[in-house]
Amino acid sequence: MVMNAITPIRTPAEQALIGAFGALRDSRPTSAALEGLRIDGFARFEASGLPHRRVEDWKYTDLRVLMREARPLAVAPDASVLLAAKVALGRLKRVGGSRIVLVDGFHVPDLADGGALPEGVTVSDLAAAMAQRPEIAALVTGQPATRANIAFALNNAFLTDGLLIEVAPGTELGHALDLVSITSDGAPRLVTSRVVVVVGAGASAGIVETHCGPAGVEYQKNVVMQVVVHDGATLEHGRRQVEGDQALHLATLEASVGAEAHFDSLTLTTGAAVSRSQLFVRFAGEHSNVTLRGVSMLKGRQHADTALVMEHAVPHCQSRETFKHILDGEAHGVFQGKIIVQPVAQKTDGRMMSQTIMLAEGPSMDNKPELEIFADDVACAHGCTCGELDADLMFYLKARGIPHKEAEALLVEAFAREAIEDFGAGPLAVVEELREAMLTSVTDWMRARS
Amino acid sequence: MSLLEIKNLTAKLAEEDKQILNGLNLTVEKGQVAAIMGPNGSGKSTLSYVLAGREDYEVTNGEALLDGENILELSPDERAAKGLFLAFQYPIEIPGVGQMTFLKAALNAQRRKNGLDDMPTPEFMKLVNGRAKELGISQDMLRRSVNVGFSGGEKKRNEILQMALLQPKLAILDETDSGLDIDALKIVADGVNAMRSPDRGFVVITHYQRLLDYIKPDVVHVLSAGRIIKTGGPELALELEAKGYADIVGKAA
Repeated sequence: MVMNAITPIRTPAEQALIGAFGALRDSRPTSAALEGLRIDGFARFEASGLPHRRVEDWKYTDLRVLMREARPLAVAPDASVLLAAKVALGRLKRVGGSRIVLVDGFHVPDLADGGALPEGVTVSDLAAAMAQRPEIAALVTGQPATRANIAFALNNAFLTDGLLIEVAPGTELGHALDLVSITSDGAPRLVTSRVVVVVGAGASAGIVETHCGPAGVEYQKNVVMQVVVHDGATLEHGRRQVEGDQALHLATLEASVGAEAHFDSLTLTTGAAVSRSQLFVRFAGEHSNVTLRGVSMLKGRQHADTALVMEHAVPHCQSRETFKHILDGEAHGVFQGKIIVQPVAQKTDGRMMSQTIMLAEGPSMDNKPELEIFADDVACAHGCTCGELDADLMFYLKARGIPHKEAEALLVEAFAREAIEDFGAGPLAVVEELREAMLTSVTDWMRARS
Repeated sequence: MSLLEIKNLTAKLAEEDKQILNGLNLTVEKGQVAAIMGPNGSGKSTLSYVLAGREDYEVTNGEALLDGENILELSPDERAAKGLFLAFQYPIEIPGVGQMTFLKAALNAQRRKNGLDDMPTPEFMKLVNGRAKELGISQDMLRRSVNVGFSGGEKKRNEILQMALLQPKLAILDETDSGLDIDALKIVADGVNAMRSPDRGFVVITHYQRLLDYIKPDVVHVLSAGRIIKTGGPELALELEAKGYADIVGKAA
């Protein structure tokens, strides 16, 4: 029997993405490994379309509405784009050792800065590594929860270039790697990038991502970072999302954490008109620690969604999730945090907190904490606060002569500092610089309000 | 010109109808220490908050002139910059705001409003360390967040430290003696006495005469039901201590 195919109504953005995939497939054949990933990602996207408010995970970030159009795919940067990128990078202070640069999603070794890569660190082409090493190909495919995610599927569908950063077992980095992903000025594009970070057993490393681009340009960016922290290793991961004010930024961080390992991640969000930061983190080995933190400072009509899934798949692990929003104007913040404790994951210790300060009458905040606990001997908690700055604290500061705006800034900085100050308790000197840079960003943001 | 002149001041909590200050008149001269005593609920703390500009209170009538200028329309920080200082009855803890950051912000805010540049950090450190030492405030306390983990006595001493740095024209001490043991009371009183000068005035609000053994007032006012009902010399405080408030309050009523 032949059934009539149901033709879903496609939005202009969906139609454009479908068209772009076809054109890309015809113009840029890639290795079989990448091709499989692309086809799988595209099939998932084609089946569901852009996620909208009736898709639970995307309830507060309706991409069908927020992504009206899809921009043409970014192309490899030409000489003039690279020159402009170089100038822009010169203004961006390094907060680590060696700088690795992506322009419009393409790795540009010529723009590397801060000296040679430290011993024990290699940066290679992801597609080539996937073709030669099945374990890398498997890693890039993603965990089931990640694979089911449409932003991730779209990243796969348009993947043409990727980076593999490996830290050899036992390596101790004195400085974090400074990974900058910059979008060029000019006609708005859709940028796709993929970075895989593998930290070998017993190694200790740091990486700082900075995502930036031009103001006033409605570019779109879909970035994925996949991280493996092997047994006994430590990774400190910082992320600065300082995209241009009209940008759409979709970020996915997937991490798998081995036994007796540490993963500490801190995201500062001040950029983009619409952004979503997704974290899929999974304990794969016992006696490990994960700390996920974020500070989002939003103004005007900015929208930022943090959606995290912390999966305790093995016993005896500890996770801490601390997210802070500082909202002004008519901004919209979203925090969705889910802790999953699998039946075997006894002695799990998980604690999640979302706190928001409203600096005006206009902003809104949605919080959706979820605990899915299938083990019976665990300690799991979540908490959530939302409010204005404390009037008594404000009065005390003002009674000492501190003007209103400055008093607000002092209290907001204190609020943000709680999430930032003990980030990266490890030995890396760079995290100190990152902490300072982030606190400075908080101060600058508050100053720019007045 | 008097340093502070309060004329027919009436005020209430913004969200309630009941008047707490009912036509209060009070004058404080330069160089004077004026004690304000009164029973519970007489409006002592309200007076201090209204003068400092707390938003929960609404002034319904009258004026308060500091050096001839009505301050009631000014924001709390503007009042502070004009030289008004309130030592809080319950100094508040401010987690995450470092003591030095706070002191520096306060001092520099005042300097800026008076057309001065920010104080250079070395000079500021020297100033704070010197004052802190006089008040028995340790380096450890200076490194912590404002008032966080301080004992009751330490918080009060910290108020006096702030006063010593800001050098106000008029300082209002709201029950600075509450919660203090004798040793702490002496330290606080010494800090206040060291700042007495012909240009500066103090309003010392207290329940008990004890504080006035250490900070000798020039004049004592009795506040009851939101008005000053009696004014006298230091002997008035002793009389109140001996006889209680009921007698005076009864006569005035």
